[in-house]
Amino acid sequence: MADREERRFAEVSRESVRLMAESAGVELTDEVAALLAEDVCYRLREATQSSSQFMRHAKRRKLTVEDFNRALRWSNVEVVCGYGAQDVLPFRPIKEGELFFVEDRDVNLVELALATNIPKGCAETMVRVQVSYLDGKGNLEPQGTVPTAVQSLSDDLYKYYQQITRSILGEDPHLMKVALLDLQSNSKIAALLPYFVYVISGVKSVSHDLEQLNRLLHMVKSLVQNPYLYLGSYVRSLVSSVMYCILEPLAASINPLNDHWTLRDYAALLLSHIFWTHGDLVSGLYHQILLSLQKVLSDPVRPLCSHYGAVVGLHALGWKAVERVLYPHLPAYWANLQAVLDDYSVSNAQVKADGHKVYGAILVAVERLLKMKALSLSGSTEVRVDGMSGAGGTIGGRESSPGLSPPPEPQSEPGLGIASHLQAGGAGLPWEEWTPVPLPAMYCELYSFFGDSLAVRFSAGPSVGGSPPVASLQPPGPRKDTPGSGSAGSGGTASLDTTRKMPQLTASLSISPRQDGSPNGEPAPPSLPAPGRSLPRSSSCSSSVQRSRSSSARPGQRPLGPSRDVFPKARFAPLLTRPPAFSFLIGGRQMGRRCQARRFQTSFTPSAALSALPPRGYAHKLPVIGRVSKPLRRWACSHYSLHLPL
Amino acid sequence: MRGNETLLDFRTSKFVLRISRDSYQLLKRHLQERQNNQIWNIIQEHLYIDIFDGMPRSKSQIDSMSGSLAGEAKREANKAKVFYGLLKEPEIEVPLDDEDEEAENEEGKPKKKKPKKDSMGSKSKKQDPNAPQQNRIPLPELKDSDKLDKIMYMKEATKRIRLGPDNLPSICFYTFLNAYQGLTAVDITDDSSLIAGGFADSTVRVWSVTPRKLRAVKSATDLSLIDKESEDVLERIMDEKTASESKILYGHNGPVYGISFSPDRNYLLSCSEDGTVRLWSLQTFTCLVCYKGHNYPVWDVQFSPHGYYFTSGGHDRVARLWATDHYQPLRMFAGHLADITCTRFHPNSNYLATGSADRTVRLWDILNGNCNRIFTGHKGPIHSLAFSPNGKFLASGATDGRVLLWDIGRGLMIEELNGHTDTIYALKFSRDGEILASGSMDNTVRLWDAVKAFDDIETDDFTAATGHVHLSENSLELQLGTYTSKSTPVIHLHFTRRNLLLAAGGCYSPF
Repeated sequence: MADREERRFAEVSRESVRLMAESAGVELTDEVAALLAEDVCYRLREATQSSSQFMRHAKRRKLTVEDFNRALRWSNVEVVCGYGAQDVLPFRPIKEGELFFVEDRDVNLVELALATNIPKGCAETMVRVQVSYLDGKGNLEPQGTVPTAVQSLSDDLYKYYQQITRSILGEDPHLMKVALLDLQSNSKIAALLPYFVYVISGVKSVSHDLEQLNRLLHMVKSLVQNPYLYLGSYVRSLVSSVMYCILEPLAASINPLNDHWTLRDYAALLLSHIFWTHGDLVSGLYHQILLSLQKVLSDPVRPLCSHYGAVVGLHALGWKAVERVLYPHLPAYWANLQAVLDDYSVSNAQVKADGHKVYGAILVAVERLLKMKALSLSGSTEVRVDGMSGAGGTIGGRESSPGLSPPPEPQSEPGLGIASHLQAGGAGLPWEEWTPVPLPAMYCELYSFFGDSLAVRFSAGPSVGGSPPVASLQPPGPRKDTPGSGSAGSGGTASLDTTRKMPQLTASLSISPRQDGSPNGEPAPPSLPAPGRSLPRSSSCSSSVQRSRSSSARPGQRPLGPSRDVFPKARFAPLLTRPPAFSFLIGGRQMGRRCQARRFQTSFTPSAALSALPPRGYAHKLPVIGRVSKPLRRWACSHYSLHLPL
Repeated sequence: MRGNETLLDFRTSKFVLRISRDSYQLLKRHLQERQNNQIWNIIQEHLYIDIFDGMPRSKSQIDSMSGSLAGEAKREANKAKVFYGLLKEPEIEVPLDDEDEEAENEEGKPKKKKPKKDSMGSKSKKQDPNAPQQNRIPLPELKDSDKLDKIMYMKEATKRIRLGPDNLPSICFYTFLNAYQGLTAVDITDDSSLIAGGFADSTVRVWSVTPRKLRAVKSATDLSLIDKESEDVLERIMDEKTASESKILYGHNGPVYGISFSPDRNYLLSCSEDGTVRLWSLQTFTCLVCYKGHNYPVWDVQFSPHGYYFTSGGHDRVARLWATDHYQPLRMFAGHLADITCTRFHPNSNYLATGSADRTVRLWDILNGNCNRIFTGHKGPIHSLAFSPNGKFLASGATDGRVLLWDIGRGLMIEELNGHTDTIYALKFSRDGEILASGSMDNTVRLWDAVKAFDDIETDDFTAATGHVHLSENSLELQLGTYTSKSTPVIHLHFTRRNLLLAAGGCYSPF
């Protein structure tokens, strides 16, 4: 018996017994306490012993609460309730004093009850047979998902592989960061590349788990950024994994609470990044990507989130891609999208919200298309400079708020320089029969779709020659708006905040209730964010501008209320006669990295028909982008905000 | 503490110690010299000292026999004669040849099977001296279908692979996928055509391993429509519409801890935490009988190799013998000091072995209910038992990861097989008894050379004479192989009639 490990027993001390008795209001003498302590110990051990019987007969290694309760029930003791949850209960110490407790979190029943992701029943239990050992020798087939060749790697590499995959796919965010960093800089992992690629190709099996998808995409990024790795033909596999994230109607998308949009944006950025850095490794890759994006876009059966993915993908691939694929498809696509947006039925609400996403994405894409096209006419060198300055501005804007957004990673800044890359990279590709549409014609057509939502303005539409439109591109320059738009905005300075990391779309509709009553009630101009200057490139978003302001004015208040006080009505007095304007701003981090705020405004020309409509009518006609956080009919200074990653 | 059975056991029964006469004299003298009356009183009161003549045992010998809750077995406890021989196989006549030839013709490769079969299939005609009388325990008569099955069995046996250290069996692993509810018991029919699983969610599921789907008999109303004169009436009564690969049997009210197929594959027994044993029909897939008698969880149940009888054992420390047509037990075997965790029938259906959480294995005589053998030596609750096919030996596995081999006739421990690192849930001898397979919670199947282990004892006169174990230095020599599954605990093992080893376990998150 010497080799048997020493047995240990837990004991309940006399003092504990006395404490418990006191808490129940009974005074115990020493003797009684000692007797009781012994008795309690014995009974605890016996219960444990017999609960372990239940565990063993259930062929388990882990003793569950249920086992213990069964043991108690069979010995006629009341069961202990409340510990039956499947999850492990975190057992936490309190720093002060030697006290341990089991954390007991509140469960939000409302959230649970209204959750839309109703868990499906688990798969059917079945029996599968395999010949494991033939004539007592060796495995015939590899088991599990780990490629067998991994086992033939050297021990160190195999360990590395295991550690890295475990920490990236594991729970610890810190570990993940370390692993990703190492993956990005390790020079000795070339042999493991196929296995990592294999792991990444697992995106298709985790499409229900945004978190895992995200992690896998980060893994892609680290691999792509590793300067020591020659990706070779694995680029194709990586691209297909990334494209999967961009285009597929992921299982995670079913739940509207899941922010799969950000994932798609990130994947799109990654795609462009892979393409610009490694696109030369596989010939015809660009063309293939474009083709598949085009296919998705032209397929009306696909869900809107797929379309969205196609648009952001094109956008990320550069304005030429947008011009080539998105622009020609726009007329056909527009009809479908419009139908979705015009449907106000309740059942359509979710689809409509998705439609707005697509709308916003298209808007951003064509805007840049216009800008870059205009710019390209003035010379590609300027584009480059402009792009750099834009990026510089972004960084500057971010630096003003250290710690709020992640530090810029140089490699993930394809920025506006993409355009120039595109010219270089796209040169060798066959451009089929495709004639570029002249800018003015393009602008006209786009304007017919978007109207004044287009942020790019050309003062004289048709006569765009070489330089005129550049004004709108200069970051610090004031926004060129139609005179009707109520951008009387108290300058929202870019450096004021960036409290929101998420790309944010803020639409502020300002129709004041008072004017609502008046017969010819011209709704008020946009009261709130309306930042005139420097916003297009700033890292701020209007809601955060506003929020930070309001919080500076009245900390702890919701932005809506105070903002009205902060901006006295007097300031808008001259604008009161203006038609109702709708301005929104897309800003914040783009794809998690870029900080570009864009503002889109609609202004309603005071045509007779429009002004005759009650304000409510406007509201419905407004191309409201994003989810409406407040019901329109409250006529308050409504604030529409939504995470709209662009 | 009053009424606590465990304490009562300790108070009333004595701890058994076996000491050689010399050692006992020394102890007595020592205590008398020291005037240590108190210790002497304790010894008198709580110890039963079983004195034997001869050489004192070595420490390892003592260690190997200790571990039981109540000390070692008394010597006389293992003296009774056990008829461990096999029953004479019933003679099956003429149809054998016809069947055989027919089958061969179907296969399209007629061979000379007859002489072979005679050498293999038919056992020696004369009665084994160690076997019990044929009618010592009344056994059910063979039906025609049973005879057919015996013929099938013999045919298969001719194709059986002879195993040995140089010829190890192939292993097939049956994995229960998606068994999130917790797989607690598995059984496979003797002909390996059905596999059943008991689950912690109170269900029993039966799968067909062959391409033949499971068909239930049609309902009564449908049956009345059938033309009873037609030749294929037996086919017609089966319901094709509901045929499926698996059937679920609902009825229990707690985790199902043990299941057992009847030898004729018509019935399935299951026992559960709810204290009942249920008999299910595999023709209708419904519950036929619910046997109530155990008032506590029933840990294990097993059909007799000849059908009709079955045993169960559970938390109430009593093993029961039942007959399928009696709703009350025929025998109750009381004596274990803790839960009975597993029960097994001797191949001749005259004896019953039970393993218990008191770390002893007992062998009971079904005829008179006596406990004929008590085997001590395990250091943890025993979770698996297996009789060798010739009925002479018994293997037992426990939570300590050890397999012990016992000689039933002489009541001796033969061998200790070390290797497993976790509870052994499955033990099985190959069809001819050359190899012992053990499956464990540590995700491995290990094969042991049973022939070698048993040969040692035949030649070891010393052990046979004194009753002292003589363990070989290194039991690893007996180990023929270790086979790991990926992360599936092995909870059942089965040798097919051709000696293919089937292992089964549930694949789910490592609980």
